[in-house]
Amino acid sequence: MAAKRKTPVKTRNPDLVRGVGKYSRSKMYHKRGLWAIKAKNGGVFPRHDPKPKSPATAEKPPKFYPAEDVKKPLLNKRKPKPTKLRASITPGTVLILLAGRFMGKRVVFLKQLTSGLLLVTGPFKINGVPLRRVNQSYVIATSTKVDISGVNVEKFDDKYFSKEDKKKLPEEKKENQKAVDAALIKSIEGVPDLKAYLAARFSLKSGMKPHELVF
Amino acid sequence: MYPFKRYVEIGRVALVNYGKDYGKLVVIVDVVDQNRALVDAPDMVRSQMNFKRLTLTDIKIDINRVPKKKTLIDPMEKACVKNKWENSSWGRKLIVQKRQASLNDFGRFKLMLAKIKKAGMVRQELAKLKKEIAA
Repeated sequence: MAAKRKTPVKTRNPDLVRGVGKYSRSKMYHKRGLWAIKAKNGGVFPRHDPKPKSPATAEKPPKFYPAEDVKKPLLNKRKPKPTKLRASITPGTVLILLAGRFMGKRVVFLKQLTSGLLLVTGPFKINGVPLRRVNQSYVIATSTKVDISGVNVEKFDDKYFSKEDKKKLPEEKKENQKAVDAALIKSIEGVPDLKAYLAARFSLKSGMKPHELVF
Repeated sequence: MYPFKRYVEIGRVALVNYGKDYGKLVVIVDVVDQNRALVDAPDMVRSQMNFKRLTLTDIKIDINRVPKKKTLIDPMEKACVKNKWENSSWGRKLIVQKRQASLNDFGRFKLMLAKIKKAGMVRQELAKLKKEIAA
């Protein structure tokens, strides 16, 4: 085959309707510049002789024929993608955790990690939730947003959360927590009642219908 | 004395309580038969509705039978149907209901804090009054 282009060409012949192009054969001949290619080659279309085929290496007959035909497994070209983030979850959104130790707590969303899990923080001083990973499926996104511009979350990734020492929390992680929370708490205290809101847990009360609630 | 105060009549403003136009204020412009009325509003196509879908209000406007749309809108503006409705206690309750239903989680939390604060103030005043009586 001829060499492939780096960027594939957009079709020069847009569809008017499916199956009907805007330009006729003669117009397309002109648009593709086949007249120029012919002119360059003296009035005929350039013809490339086929490349001489290299002599095929003599195949030895196999030593072993299986009794039944061996089935080849089907080719799998699937490339796993990170979980699609819900449109309602943006950096700074307040999320309600639905399961686990911190069920009902309202936390601030920081970013989505490469594994697809969401990085959240309480902040720790407000509701006791540390920098933590949480799955998108176990979370309700509220429409309340916190200003997250002063926080640097570049250095946190999935490797950060691998537990080498299961007994003690290293000082470095405590420092990281304090650094992230310092900027967050300042922007949270700027909004009245937001601190008390994050400190309180969410629960369904009598008369609340989840399918009718606006979060 | 009379058991009924709100009558079905041409020009009676009613609230739709069922169906696609739920919550709309409409004007009865004609009566089709024992069960149905021809009903019209500035923002909808004139159509027939069963009386069971309508709840009569206290508001009535002065129109002839089946007026044209323009002839309907003018008396409605003059009688300020919308204003009268929004200032009535019924209308105000509906507006509050709608607003409370659209509150987000943070809004509901702030509402709870406000209710607690108000109850606290009321209880303080009550305690003061009780003390005065006891003294």
